[in-house]
Amino acid sequence: MKKTLFDKVWDSHVVHSIENGPDVLFIDRHMIHEVTSPVAFQGLRTRSIPVMYPEKTFATADHNTPTINQHLPVADPLSANQLKALEENSNEHGISYWGLGHKKNGIVHVVGPEYGITQPGATIVCGDSHTSTHGAFGAIAFGIGTSEVEMVLATQCIMQQKPKSMRINVNGSLNRGVTPKDVALYIISKLSTSGATGYFVEYAGDVFRNMSMEGRMTVCNLSIEMGARGGMIAPDETTFEYIKGREFTPVGAAWDKAMTYWDTLKSDEGAQFDQEVTFDASEIEPMITFGTNPGMGMAISKDIPMAADVDGAVSTYKKSLEYMDFKEGDNMIGKPIDFVFLGSCTNGRIEDFRAFASIIKGRKKADNVTAWLVPGSHKVVAAIKEEGILDIIQEAGFALREPGCSACLAMNDDKVPAGKYAVSTSNRNFEGRQGPGARTLLASPLVAAAAAVTGKVTDPRELMEPELAH
Amino acid sequence: MLSKKVIIMAYEKFEVLKSTGVPLPIENVDTDQIIPARFLKATEREGFGDNLFRDWRYHPDDTPKKDFVLNNPIYGGKILVGGKNFGSGSSREHAAWAVYDYGFRCVVSSFFADIFKNNCLNIGVLPVQVSPEFLHKIFTAIEADPKTEIVVDLPEQTITLTATGEKENFDINDYKKQNMLNGFDDIDYLLNIKEDIREFAKNAPL
Ligand code: SF4
Repeated sequence: MKKTLFDKVWDSHVVHSIENGPDVLFIDRHMIHEVTSPVAFQGLRTRSIPVMYPEKTFATADHNTPTINQHLPVADPLSANQLKALEENSNEHGISYWGLGHKKNGIVHVVGPEYGITQPGATIVCGDSHTSTHGAFGAIAFGIGTSEVEMVLATQCIMQQKPKSMRINVNGSLNRGVTPKDVALYIISKLSTSGATGYFVEYAGDVFRNMSMEGRMTVCNLSIEMGARGGMIAPDETTFEYIKGREFTPVGAAWDKAMTYWDTLKSDEGAQFDQEVTFDASEIEPMITFGTNPGMGMAISKDIPMAADVDGAVSTYKKSLEYMDFKEGDNMIGKPIDFVFLGSCTNGRIEDFRAFASIIKGRKKADNVTAWLVPGSHKVVAAIKEEGILDIIQEAGFALREPGCSACLAMNDDKVPAGKYAVSTSNRNFEGRQGPGARTLLASPLVAAAAAVTGKVTDPRELMEPELAH
Repeated sequence: MLSKKVIIMAYEKFEVLKSTGVPLPIENVDTDQIIPARFLKATEREGFGDNLFRDWRYHPDDTPKKDFVLNNPIYGGKILVGGKNFGSGSSREHAAWAVYDYGFRCVVSSFFADIFKNNCLNIGVLPVQVSPEFLHKIFTAIEADPKTEIVVDLPEQTITLTATGEKENFDINDYKKQNMLNGFDDIDYLLNIKEDIREFAKNAPL
């Protein structure tokens, strides 16, 4: 039978199938962080059971960590307590722990790929919905709840019904100023936040083929925002090139053996998907969101749609615009903004800092803007310094913070105040996501940079050098 | 089929629930609304009910927002009825814990986000997916009479509006149904097949 990429990876990890029930799925790599793991460890304690394969779980602290003065003790007692619990639980069970201050510390979905923990054909889970990021390598990766974190610790398995399959093709080549983030926001705006619920997505077509690993990670990261369990891209030369030589990547004979498996990881010609959609790359422009879910996005030059023209309940749509204090038919260009956040597991990688720097270079931060530039990991910090991006940032009047999730979910002190507007490269514009009452405009690093230097929503193409076009 | 040797009751059994419902006719309710991130700092599972829908329920100075349904004494009960695409966004199980801790045992909607639905099933909250038409009927019935009784019958897989007798079937897979009826969870099951898992691990692809 002809199989999809997803089928191949899933089927090779099924330990046991329950009739009319879920599959028992073996998990190759498990990532944990401080917020969704303490109760899982408590469960193990209650049941008096050990971690079955501690070497397959990796812990990093990220959600709750400060992004300045990381060398000092964490001030908030609740956060400090949660971080301590992660450290103690990891030590007690022999799990490798990359805590605050550790040179490998960073956002869980940034460090996993950086150290080669993420590999093609693997099953990867983490108590965080953006685990879908790792699908960029041709892995089945998805977010799980704390009960499932406990299952994986206890048995290295979870029980899941096999999702349906969807292939999203984007063909052609991208316009100037259009980044992987825009591609993802475009797809979500077309499919809605529930359009892929119940599905696992494979991204295919020219655009993803030609995309860097960083870009693929951004796209797969956002799969969850259209409701999908995850998204994946078949591994190719770009993938193998990226993973080669990383700390946890196999070497020698193990590499060859892995390659034999990895070479099989593509959807067979003629394999059937439960749903297939195709988009034309040339239709995509730089995107921005105007509402309170990631599906409420549009080309930055367009007007906010009228309530009568949108799918779904008019009252919900109006409530959303009211929260944002925007009006139907408004144009976004020129709207003043207060904060800019560059970071998160969506856009906190080196390529995102390069893009940001390409716009701010030789310009100055706008006086009305507070900017938080938060790299995804220490490795990203090192690259920023090495490539001279730090100088560009500082010359333009910006400062670089220390790695962590930061304003993506605002669990630490990086909170956008009520009523303020933030152009944010993260993944969620839900009410209060970046702080109670905060108003989030999701966009690419280029759009964020353009806003940071002009103090208002600006089409980045206006600030791009002609030779940078494309 | 494998035998179950070790059985721990993970949560209360769920059979037939008769209750009034609390209506929340908003679409795309995300888990950041159900429990905002700043309340996720606990290392225990209890106590999240106090902050369920925190920012819709309270003003910044902690006084209750009068027009929010949980602050309206005429509504109450163990069934939360939400609009389409309920529970989207973050995978935080804390959202399901908050729903449970507040006192709900069942959430009804015309569509659920995947992870939220799984999380509910894993902790003993029954997600009941009904047709958009039936959801509309429930909202209308509660609006007309907040004391109207809703019956969720898990063995029969039906949801009924007692006053009119209108009824709809809902889906749940057999395995999860048995777990809910008996108060078992997946870990009980997995622990019983640990040897199979060990065998599998020896030849795992990576
Ligand atoms: S950056 Fe945001 S989405 Fe990513 S892991 Fe952290 S909190 Fe989750």
